[in-house]
Amino acid sequence: MTALDPGPDTQPAGGKNLADAKGAAAALATSRRRRPSWGVLLGQPLFVAVVIGAWAVWRSNAELDAIEQRQLEWGLLGRLTVQHLQLTVVATVIVLAIAVPLGIALTRPGVKRAAPVVVAVANAGQAAPVIGLVVLLAIWLGFGFWTAILALCLYAILPVLRNTIVGLQSVDPTLVEAGRGMGMSNRAVLGRIELPLAVPVIMAGIRTALVLVVGTATLATFIDAGGLGSLITTGIRLLRYPVLISGAILVAALALLIDWAGRVLEEVTRPRGLE
Amino acid sequence: MSEISGVDIELTDVVKRYPGQKKPAVEGLSLHIPAGEIVMFVGPSGCGKTTSLKMINRLIEPTSGSIRIGGEDIGRQNDDDLRRRIGYVIQGGSLFPHMTVTQNIALVPGLLGWDRRRTAERVDELLELVGLDPARYRDRYPRELSGGQQQRVGVARGLAADPPVILMDEPFGAVDPITRQRLQDELLSIQEELRKTIVCVTHDFDEAVKLGDRILILTEGAQIAQYDKPEAILASPANRFVADFVGAGAALKQLTLSRVSEIELSRPTVAEVGAAASPVLSAAKAAGDTSVVILDGKRRPVDWMWTTDLDGLDKVPAPPDDTDLVTIDRRATLNDALDTMLMSSHGSAVVTGRRDEYLGVVDFQAVVTRIQEHHEEQATRVDTEDPTGAPA
Repeated sequence: MTALDPGPDTQPAGGKNLADAKGAAAALATSRRRRPSWGVLLGQPLFVAVVIGAWAVWRSNAELDAIEQRQLEWGLLGRLTVQHLQLTVVATVIVLAIAVPLGIALTRPGVKRAAPVVVAVANAGQAAPVIGLVVLLAIWLGFGFWTAILALCLYAILPVLRNTIVGLQSVDPTLVEAGRGMGMSNRAVLGRIELPLAVPVIMAGIRTALVLVVGTATLATFIDAGGLGSLITTGIRLLRYPVLISGAILVAALALLIDWAGRVLEEVTRPRGLE
Repeated sequence: MSEISGVDIELTDVVKRYPGQKKPAVEGLSLHIPAGEIVMFVGPSGCGKTTSLKMINRLIEPTSGSIRIGGEDIGRQNDDDLRRRIGYVIQGGSLFPHMTVTQNIALVPGLLGWDRRRTAERVDELLELVGLDPARYRDRYPRELSGGQQQRVGVARGLAADPPVILMDEPFGAVDPITRQRLQDELLSIQEELRKTIVCVTHDFDEAVKLGDRILILTEGAQIAQYDKPEAILASPANRFVADFVGAGAALKQLTLSRVSEIELSRPTVAEVGAAASPVLSAAKAAGDTSVVILDGKRRPVDWMWTTDLDGLDKVPAPPDDTDLVTIDRRATLNDALDTMLMSSHGSAVVTGRRDEYLGVVDFQAVVTRIQEHHEEQATRVDTEDPTGAPA
C-alpha cells in the first residue's frame, strides 16, 4: 500500500483502521486501472481521417467522366453529408424524446406490467426489414424527409427503450429504498439516484441507436429523402463504380465517426464514481 | 452521560398484513421505546423485525394501529418530511456510488434546505465523529473506500440532520468481524455523546447484547417473546424459545456484557513521538516496563515499542508505515479484548477512549480475573434470585 499512497497521513491514527486502509488502497488501485479506452477513442477518428484523406487525394487526382464529375462534386458531397447527418440527428433526437421517457414510465409501479407488451412492439419495429418499412410508410404517407425520419425512429427506438428499462431496473433496489428512507420524493430518487446510475446503460443504447440510424439512413434515398445513400444508388444505376465506392466509403466513415461520437458521449456522461 | 437528544417511540397494536398472505407479517405489536436508548430487534428470519422497523419511518405502511414518535402520530405526517427527521442506516452503508462522501452525507441537509456553509461544517464534524479525516475522505467516491469506511459514512449520513431517532437495518452485517467490532464500539461512543433513540435490527444476538440497552426478541408475526435489558434476558430467558435463541453459551455470553472499562487498566510508560529517548528509557526501567506506548500529539496511541528497540535512539521515532498496532475501545467487550490480544505480539491490548485518546493497557490476566469474578457474581445471583426468573 505504501507504493500507492505514501503520504505521511496514510497511516490512520493508532493503526486502528488498518484493515480499512488496506481495503481502500486496493479500491484505489482498481480505480486507477480504469479508463483504458482513451487509446481506442483516439485511434478511431485517426483511422477515419486517414481513410477520408486518402479518398480526398484520389478524388482530386482521379480522371473522372462528366457524370462522375457531377456526382462527386465537392458541393454536392457536402450537401449529401449534411442531409445524412440531419436524418441521423433528427431521428435520434426524436427517438430519445420518446424512448427515454417511455422507458422511465415503464419502470414505475403501476405501469410496469405494460413493459413486456411495449418492448414486444418495439422489437417488431426492429425486426421488420427497414427497406420494407421505408417503402410501406412512403406509400402510406408519401415520400420525403419526415417519412424517412418516421421509419428510422421505428427502427431505432428499441435499443434506447430497452436499455432505459434495463438500466433503471438494474439500479440496486436498496439504493432506491435508501433514498426513499432518507426522505427523498419518488421524483428526487428518480432524478438524483436512478437516472444517474442508469446513464451508462442508457448511453450504450443511444450509441447503438445512433449507429443503426446512420447506417439505415442510407436507405432514405429510396423515398427521396436524400443522404449519402443516393451516391450508392446512382453508382449502381449508372454503373459508375467510382461513385458507388465513394458513397460506400463516405457512409462507412460517417458511421465510424458517429460511433466514435457516441463513445465519447458515453465516457463524458458516465457519472464520476462509477466504474 | 450527556443530555438525551432522542425522543420516545410508541407502537400501539400495529398490524401489517400483506395482500394474498393468510397470516399478518406483524400481528398486533405494541411496544414502548424509551428516549435515548438503543433497542435491538432480533429474531429468526421472517419474524417481522425488519417490517416492524420500516413501519417506523413508513417505508412500509402499517395496515392498522398507530405509531407515535415523541408523542406525534406519524400516520398524519407527510412521509417525506417524516423520514427527513429520522436517520436511516442500512447494511453496507448503501452509499450512492455516483456521489462523493460529502454529497452522500449532505443529502438530507440539502433536502431540508440547509445553506452550503452549515452543511459543509456539518459534514466535516460528522466525519470527525465517525473517525474519518475530513480532508482525506470528503471528496472520495464510495468505491474508493473500504467496507468499514463506507459503513462509517453510512452512519454519518444517518446522523446528518441530527435526527432524534435513528433506524438501523443490519448496519454492520456486511463487514469483517474485526471491523464490525470497531464500528460497534464507535457507535457506542457516539451514542454516549449524542443519546439518540436508536432502533436497530440484527440477526446477531451477540451484537444485540453488546449494543442494546434493551433487546426485543420476536417470533413469527412479530410476537414479542421477550423485551428486556440484555442482562435480564441472559439471566432469565422468558421461555423456551428465548432460551434456544440465546443459545447454550449464555454464561459465556455474559462476557459480551462486560466492558473493558470495567477492568482496571495497567499504565505502562508512555512517550510522545519526538521526545528525547533517554528519559523515556530510564522511566521505563524504573517502572520495570519492557515496552513503551508511543503517543502522537493528540495523545492517540500510534506504536508500542520494546525498550530494546528504543535503546540507542536519540528521539522517540514516528511509527513505521506498516505499524500494526491494533487498539480497542474502552467500550469493547471482554470478548473483543481477548480477540485483540491474540493478534498482538504483546499479549495485551492498548485501550483508547473518546476520539481514540490513550487510556491504558489491558492484559490477559486482568481479563481472566474479571471473568472469574463474573462467574462468582453469576452464581450468587442465580442463588438469590426469584425462581420464576422475573427480573429483580
